[in-house]
Amino acid sequence: MAGDVYKIQDKKIKPDALYNAVLADSDGAVTTFAGVVRDNTKGRGTSYLVYDAYRNMAEKKMREIGDEVKEKWEVDCVGILHRVGRLEIGEISVLIAISSPHRKASLEACHYAIDRLKQTVPIWKKEVWTDGGEAWIEGDPSALASR
Amino acid sequence: MNIKVLFFASCRDLIGTGEREMTLPDRATVTDLISKLVSEQARFIDMAPSLMVSVNQAYVERDAELQDGDEVAFIPPVSGG
Repeated sequence: MAGDVYKIQDKKIKPDALYNAVLADSDGAVTTFAGVVRDNTKGRGTSYLVYDAYRNMAEKKMREIGDEVKEKWEVDCVGILHRVGRLEIGEISVLIAISSPHRKASLEACHYAIDRLKQTVPIWKKEVWTDGGEAWIEGDPSALASR
Repeated sequence: MNIKVLFFASCRDLIGTGEREMTLPDRATVTDLISKLVSEQARFIDMAPSLMVSVNQAYVERDAELQDGDEVAFIPPVSGG
């Protein structure tokens, strides 16, 4: 039985489970997006990342994004997972999977969903660099104007 | 009234804790709460303009009136994804 998923989790994100969760027999497409930990920021080597979230509110805002997506496109199910804690290079920080009867809706909806997540969902990334420095990264404050 | 106040990321580092119970006069607003925090930690005044504030997990403006039992959170510009 396909359904929506909105979850902040500590454990490793496994793409297959979310893919299967959103897929129903009436769907003709699933679009997935994975955000992955990169080994550098503008050339400065990254050692690892730490993500923090306001868990309850983050899951609520992710559900709101799912609701927005369903208003704008003919999609079936929306799944959004975001990991917190320490993440190593190459690990998945965020995974979105959206199913739809036809491909265009889920393709566009997935792009929209990751952009909205970066604007409105209370999650923060700390970069820990290979040179020993570390800092909380702050997004664009003006993005929240469109909360 | 008594409220729960949450701090995240750089804001938590500045305040030194992720969660505090605070007491404010009745009909206090978000602005009043910020003033009280600035009186305890002067550097909060520099950070405050960039913060979003939520009450019971919904974003609010600075003039929002707080109620006993509210959960208020200070939210730096988000950087998930």
